[in-house]
Amino acid sequence: MNTSVVTSKKQSSAKQKIVVIGNGMVGHHFVEQLCLSAKAQDYDITVLSAEPRLAYDRVHLSSYFSGKSAADLALTTPESYRELGVTFELDAKVVALNKSDKTVTTARGESFSYDKLILATGSYPFVPPIEGNDREHCLVYRTIEDLAAIEHSARQGKVGVVVGGGLLGLEAANAIKQLGLETHVVEFAPQLMGVQLDKSGGELLRAMIEALNVKVHTEKATKIITDGQNCNHRMEFADGTHLETDLILFSAGIRPYDNLARDFDLALGERGGIVVDNHCLTSDQDIYAIGECALWNNFIFGLVAPGYQMAKVAAAHIQGEDKQFTGADMSTKLKLMGVDVGSIGDAHGKTPQARSYTYENQVAQTYKKIVVSPDGKHLLGAVLVGDTGDYDTLLQYALNGIELPELPESLILPSLQGEKPALGAESLPDSATICSCHNVTKGDIISAIDDGNTELKQLTSCTKASTGCGGCSALLKNVFEAELGKRGVEVKKDLCQHFAYNRTELFHIIKAEQIKTFEQLISKHGHGLGCEICKPTVASILASVWNDYILEDAHIPLQDTNDIFLGNMQKDGTYSVVPRIPGGEITPDKLIVIGEVAKQYNLYTKITGGQRIDLFGARVEQLPDIWKRLIDAGMETGHAYGKSLRTVKSCVGDTWCRYGVQDSMSMAIFLEERYKGLRSPHKLKFAVSGCTRECAEAQSKDIGVIATEHGWNLYVSGNGGMKPRHADLFATDLDDKTLVQYIDRYLMFYIRMADRLQRTSVWLENLEGGLEYAKSVVIDDHLGINDELEAQMQAIVASYQCEWKTTINNPEKVKRFRQFVNSGKSDSNVQFVTERAQIRPAREEEKHRGERIPTLDITENRPV
Amino acid sequence: MANNKSWHTVCHKQDLITDAGICALINQDEQVAIFLINNQQVYSIANWDPIGQANVLSRGITGDEQGEIFVASPLYKQRYSLTSGHCLDDDAITVRHYPTRIEDEQVQILA
Repeated sequence: MNTSVVTSKKQSSAKQKIVVIGNGMVGHHFVEQLCLSAKAQDYDITVLSAEPRLAYDRVHLSSYFSGKSAADLALTTPESYRELGVTFELDAKVVALNKSDKTVTTARGESFSYDKLILATGSYPFVPPIEGNDREHCLVYRTIEDLAAIEHSARQGKVGVVVGGGLLGLEAANAIKQLGLETHVVEFAPQLMGVQLDKSGGELLRAMIEALNVKVHTEKATKIITDGQNCNHRMEFADGTHLETDLILFSAGIRPYDNLARDFDLALGERGGIVVDNHCLTSDQDIYAIGECALWNNFIFGLVAPGYQMAKVAAAHIQGEDKQFTGADMSTKLKLMGVDVGSIGDAHGKTPQARSYTYENQVAQTYKKIVVSPDGKHLLGAVLVGDTGDYDTLLQYALNGIELPELPESLILPSLQGEKPALGAESLPDSATICSCHNVTKGDIISAIDDGNTELKQLTSCTKASTGCGGCSALLKNVFEAELGKRGVEVKKDLCQHFAYNRTELFHIIKAEQIKTFEQLISKHGHGLGCEICKPTVASILASVWNDYILEDAHIPLQDTNDIFLGNMQKDGTYSVVPRIPGGEITPDKLIVIGEVAKQYNLYTKITGGQRIDLFGARVEQLPDIWKRLIDAGMETGHAYGKSLRTVKSCVGDTWCRYGVQDSMSMAIFLEERYKGLRSPHKLKFAVSGCTRECAEAQSKDIGVIATEHGWNLYVSGNGGMKPRHADLFATDLDDKTLVQYIDRYLMFYIRMADRLQRTSVWLENLEGGLEYAKSVVIDDHLGINDELEAQMQAIVASYQCEWKTTINNPEKVKRFRQFVNSGKSDSNVQFVTERAQIRPAREEEKHRGERIPTLDITENRPV
Repeated sequence: MANNKSWHTVCHKQDLITDAGICALINQDEQVAIFLINNQQVYSIANWDPIGQANVLSRGITGDEQGEIFVASPLYKQRYSLTSGHCLDDDAITVRHYPTRIEDEQVQILA
């Protein structure tokens, strides 16, 4: 062994040499902790990674199969390590450890000396000792290299099996399902996620996962893997049954990577794992172990959060601080294949004499259980499947020992009447963890407020609370507002720092004072230059009130990029092009033109959910030419970029359909023509169905119209999107004229009153008096403003212009679409590759490999 | 390195749009986002948004945060100071900042 040559990349005798073996999530966290500390300059840090790349997010590995690249998953870059002054070696597996000389040696023979050594070697997937487990297409799920192997293997097969029905196993199953394989999960135990869930929770999870077409096989012990008849493998189970599959992924737990400790005499646990104390020190006083290779109190934590805590403790101890690791909470909340699952503390009720409450709703497919202490005063654990909405509150009760309400079951029962007993921010002790990603307590938040951070944005940037997963943002806001309230500070509802008004107030000011530009408004009623919050908000109000051309010089700086370039910006900086297709009806001639334009400019073509055709990948400098062709063929902009009316979806109604009772097609086209270009606080979608079969799905739209034998039923404030909401029935059996009148009034009332970026669904839910109040305004004219609402809508309808048509006819405006003011070149970073015979943006590694397809120069491509 | 820098004339003042950005190309493949604020002061920073990973900063909305002039990336809205290139929403990130001036109605960038 060559340990005589000790190389050190940075010679500096004064600095302490810290060598970190392993650059997983925990090893990287340790490096960051030390580099960000006040004493960072006292250390020379060297990172030795056995993997060919620096740290990446292993928690979200499966997103690799839904399009994330290795670069997307990366937690750091070589540049940022260099900036931090961290030396690193990749592909540098450490094979020897000399405790007396204090050196480590890599497989390449390079040696590194250390003052303090950190073992962050992590763990490896356990592969059960089954005969045939080393056959081709038998894989594990742990590293990006594993993912590449899985992807490669999946391309050659049709069926995939995951061995192991735990948390990681189900993640892996999701991954191979995304790759398009028929997916099976084989579990030795009688249920899924046995560590976190109880029997009933496991059963419901199984049912929900099976409903997603993943076959679950429990109580199956694989005896041997041999050749299959129809697939690569045949798995023989102990109960005599078998299963054929092309790909097998083992995900049956993890084992600590403790070889170095084993070979070089550090204390180990009976079943492996490097023994550490509360400072994460091993049996050698200069060697620490953190993360999944470390055994604390005879326990290995298989989650990232406890590993992060260990990293913090070790970094603090090296700097002479006495921080201790005293265990970690193993509660988890996650989405597995779209199924919400949560587990808190003693989920199985193992505490002697613990009692539990369960609530199961087979219709809504939810299961909730809480485990309480024998005296019923404290929450010990919980299981949630199908609905984890109560997770945060329950976790607070469990972690902080908050006394339970008199009827603990009220915490998980649905609130049939009135509100659930909410856990007030007041009742939390100062030690309560609010943000578990960044370990921010209520006390931290209070002291940040005391330090003068009286705006939520300041608070999140100085404490980092809610900047991780964001799950605590509602609770954070509660604590923040309660604390400000205590101090007698009125919670500001201001739009932003430039205006001491909310959107509704600004709307009234603009209308009452006939304000036409942002400049006038801010000089009279605000201060400063404005920002990305107030500018688009004011632009939207001005458009709703005056309906000017939005690219007037005075309006340009207010617009979001989508509105400036009249297209929807995509991730690579290109735009999408969507011609309006009212009601989804289009002539063959127009279809052909769209096809020709897409072909000429090599655009990716997709039918949208709103019955239109979306053309992707248009470079900014191509937009005017593309639109000129579409407009010459009689089309106009679809406003797919704006917070404005998008589409009116429809079925064919009684024109073609056997069941249709009204002409839904004509009505849809009429409504789309009427409201096109209408700017609003959020985007608007409509639909019209010709009968109650509801083929147009009108009840998930802002405005839904469904034909009856007697006229039209009007539905309002439905919503697909992130938080779906079924629309409310507003009025029934309306004639055409009344229908349009009600829609005019309802929309204009919303546009006046709603907050910025507030959907009609959220607006209605927050409207005092709710649906009944909205009806009294729109139908009964309770406020006496209906004439005004209608007149305003009429003015908008009458002043419509196709923004693209106006733009391409104005050479000065067209100039704005140049990529460079001083060159005819294109953005060289916009690169495409071909997939399924169309373009898509090249991923980072594809750009580096030079796989891109050649792109056409705009000047050659221009129609003659 | 400072010695190699020189002033590049990229466009006429009239090519700028008050309180919004445009993009210029210098040194063959270097994209610079140029902003005219309040119809008087010009600023330039790199066009590359390191968070969104695309050349888009010239297409963002400008504004001020307690007087600090910034542009918000049109992709994920992080704000970058026009006077320093520093990201106001993430301390670890800074984009290149270029001294910029208007000489004889011509916009010039030092790079």
